[in-house]
Formats: sequence, structure tokens, C-alpha cells
Amino acid sequence: MNKIDTPKRRLFLQKVLYGVGYASIGTIFWSAYLSKSHAKSLLLRPPGALLEKDFITTCIRCGMCVNACPFDVLQLATISKNTPIGTPYFTPRENACRLCPDIPCTTACPTDALDLKLLTKNNLLSINNAKMGLATVNTQSCLAYLGLQCTMCIRACPLADVAIVLKNERNPRTGMHAFLTPVVNPNHCTGCGSCEMACPTNIASIKVFPLFISQSDIGSHYIVGWKKEDEERLKKSSTDITMSRTKRNEKSALDNVTELSHLILIDMLSKTTVSRA
Amino acid sequence: MNNFLFRYRYYLARRMTQIIVLGTYFLANFYGYKIVIGNLSSSVVFGFIPLSDPFATLQMFFAGAVISADILLGVLVVLFFYGIIGGRFFCSWVCPVNIITETAAAIRRKLGLYDKADALFSRNIRYWFIIITLILSSIFSLGAFEMISPIGIAHRGIIFGFGFGWFFLVAIFLFDLFSQKYGWCGHICPLGGFNTLVGKYSLLKVEHDADKCVHSLECFSVCPEVEILEAVGKKSHVITGAACIKCARCIEVCESGAFKVSVVSLAKQLKEGA
Repeated sequence: MNKIDTPKRRLFLQKVLYGVGYASIGTIFWSAYLSKSHAKSLLLRPPGALLEKDFITTCIRCGMCVNACPFDVLQLATISKNTPIGTPYFTPRENACRLCPDIPCTTACPTDALDLKLLTKNNLLSINNAKMGLATVNTQSCLAYLGLQCTMCIRACPLADVAIVLKNERNPRTGMHAFLTPVVNPNHCTGCGSCEMACPTNIASIKVFPLFISQSDIGSHYIVGWKKEDEERLKKSSTDITMSRTKRNEKSALDNVTELSHLILIDMLSKTTVSRA
Repeated sequence: MNNFLFRYRYYLARRMTQIIVLGTYFLANFYGYKIVIGNLSSSVVFGFIPLSDPFATLQMFFAGAVISADILLGVLVVLFFYGIIGGRFFCSWVCPVNIITETAAAIRRKLGLYDKADALFSRNIRYWFIIITLILSSIFSLGAFEMISPIGIAHRGIIFGFGFGWFFLVAIFLFDLFSQKYGWCGHICPLGGFNTLVGKYSLLKVEHDADKCVHSLECFSVCPEVEILEAVGKKSHVITGAACIKCARCIEVCESGAFKVSVVSLAKQLKEGA
């Protein structure tokens, strides 16, 4: 055996093992950080953004949408933000999306992480098809719900009377005034956040949340029978549905009562208490 | 003074390029001059030439993203230039982290922290880093290195604002200063590793003339990838080491002018390599 070679080989092996050790420690921290980045953040994405999961996969973090934004609404996330680093977002309370009709941000995106197709409905491209989030009203602090005439949000709304409508209701407290309360139409709200930016309360009473929080879904098991298209859905559905029903109780109602009183009686006798009855 | 300018001509040119490149991006974002928009991940020059980072795109591909035509075109443009002038040209002429690590290395030389017989890390770590990056990209379905890249943090920070990202850069500076000479750029950075692989047969190379060499070892003290200078002083040859970052420091420091830039055809490179 060559005596000079052996320590060299040992040293080499040692170095390799060191490397494996360092690498695995590094990979653990790295993976932890990466998996944390999948936690959904409350930040809003620019118009036409893919679903959050696909968005962070596809966004190359070039910032061209931020460049293109004429109102400096969009920002790139830094490491301090609770969203994947380098991805674009905006904060509606500070600076809301102005819904530019020429859509400079989505057009600028080279990767289609901001996809013009998502802003196209019936072959018509329009910024009004954007779904960045959904505005929700806190009826406890909204001035209009308290009875004041505010209308700030509807005045700021680029789709006033469509995305936000004012509901006219009698104010029973005074008996002579009306509640003019804002109601958001989820089908038309773009989530631009102009309402949140305009809201005069200390903390905004109308807030835009990402769709994954504020949007709900009726589910396919409900059919709105008085709507024609929903009724159609029922006709198309497969007919071999097996329904399981609980078997109908065939005893008369009186039988049930006597049975129950019998049970109560036993209970009372055993515990000698009336509190249960 | 003239002597200083001459002695540091490439160094100054590189710093100028780095500052001008990032400056143009910054101006595009801040004042809206549309010479170059975007950042080093992906950008558009003069409004029509797309450029995209091939490594970032590769990660996106592994993450399962649909690569758009714009990005693909940008990648091809970049790969074309990398193929001609060398992938690591980016490292020394564009990358902002290079300024940090070269400064750290210079201070290290001044402080005499320079000589350390045994390197802490192998230079091959970067290739392993590439493999781990691609695996993690596909597991977590996002660009894994893009999430932690100090290069991204640096250029996005300069163009769009830092946050606490500067902390990363300070860490790299201290690591390079105290732990390992050119620790980040020369050992760990997977982007550098990727660019090395891409630009292996680039046409632009440094040529060494052993007849002029006076064995001052100056080039060895400045080269960030010393291994590629293996045969310097022994024989006249083209330095074919793919890891060469084209920083031209060797040309500057050589008093006897034993180095020069030259264009070497692929055929010749293959012959010399064999």
C-alpha cells in the first residue's frame, strides 16, 4: 500500500463530506425560504395577473410593468415585503390603480405573467375586465351606513354605478333622511382600489382584498332555478344520480312523544333530578 | 496621472460600463428615458431588442412556466453575445455584485489577508449549486435562485429600491473579505457557473506570450480565477479556461505586456484544448 496516497484520499473524502454537509444545511434554509414564499400574501397584483401560484412561477421579476406604470402605482417587492422578492404589487390605500385604458403594465410584460387574454372578454380587450381584487365594505364604520352622506367611494370608482351602486334606504332614526349606502357588485369590481384610497375614515372602511380571500363560490350543487342558464345546467347534468335518503319514520307522532317521555322518566328516576326536563 | 489611467484602463472602463448600464435602467424607471427598460433579468433595448437572462429562464422552465416568445427571443440574443464574447463577460462588465467582491478582494490584498494555502471551498460548488437550483425550482415551482440571488437584489435594489436587501450584499462583502477570496463570484455563484458553461468556446480570449513574461506573478495576484493561469510563464498560449471573466486585470498589471486580447477561432481552440 502506498503510504503517501492514503492521507490524500482521506483528505479528499473529508472535503467532499464537508461539502455535502454545508450544501444540505444551505439547502434546508433555502427550501424553508422558498416554501414560505408560497404563503399567499395580501398584496394586490397588477391587472391581468395569472393566479398567484402561476404568477410567481412565470414572473421573471424584470420590473417592466413598474417602469410602464405612469402613476408609480406598481412597486417591486423587496426582501422585506411578505411576498416573493422582485414581483410587482400595489398598495391601494397609498396609490390605487388608475385603470389606464391603454393598459401599459400588462402590455409591457414579456413573460405573460400579466396576460392580456385575462383582460379580454368576448374578443374585447378592456381594462375594465381586470380582476385584481374585490372591494368589501365594513358596514360598522362606513359613514354612509351610519347615515352621513359620504359617496366618496362611488365618486372615486372608475366604474361608478356599475361596480359600486348606492342603495337608497329610509333612515328610521331621523325619519326624514335617507341612507345612501355603497354596495359593491362583485361581477364588475376590478379591484383597482380607488375607493379604498378615497375613503375618508381613519382606516379605510372599504378595502380591496385579493380574490382568493374575498371571492366566494356558490358551488355546482346549487342551481338557481329561476335563471335560464342555470336551469340549462340541470338539463345537461348526468341523470344517473343516486340519491340516498334517510328512511321515513313510520311511527305516528304520538308514539314518538310517549317514547321520549318514557326516556325522560327513566332519566329522572335514576338521577332524581328535574333539571334535565 | 496618465500612468494611473493607463494602468487601470480596463478597470475604469468596466466600472464605467457597470455604472452606465445600471444608470440607464435607473433613469428609465425614475425619469422615463426609454433607452433600456426592465432590469438584468429581462429588458428591452431601444424599445425593440429583447434581452433575457438565460439562467433565470432555465429556472422558469424547470419551474413549469410557459416561456413566452419574447423571453425566448431575448434569451437567444443574450446567448449569441455570450457565445461570441464569453458568458462571464457579464460578470466583470455588467454585474453589480462584481464591484462589491472586487473591492473586497482589493482590501484583502491591502490588508495582507491574501495568502491562504488551503481554499475553503472548491470552485466546483457553483456547478452543484446550479443542479440544486434546478431541482428546487421544479419542486417549489418558482425560480429558486432568483428568490435569493444577490445579483437580483443588487440590480433591482439600485433600479427599484432595496428594502433590507442591502444586508445580503454586506454579507457577501464580509464573506469575500474575511472568509474566502472571491468566495462568491469565483466559487459559489451559480449564475457565474452557468455563464462559464455557456461561454466556453467564446471567440474573445486573452493570449499569453511566454517570451515576454518576467515571472513577476502580478497576474496571479489579481486574477479572480487563478486556475486558468496554470500555464502562464511556461509556454505561449491562448488562455482557454472557460471561467475567465474577461476582466483584463492581467493585461493591466503585467509590466512586460505578456498578455493581449485576441480573437481565437473555434477550430483553433478545439485544437489547443486537445
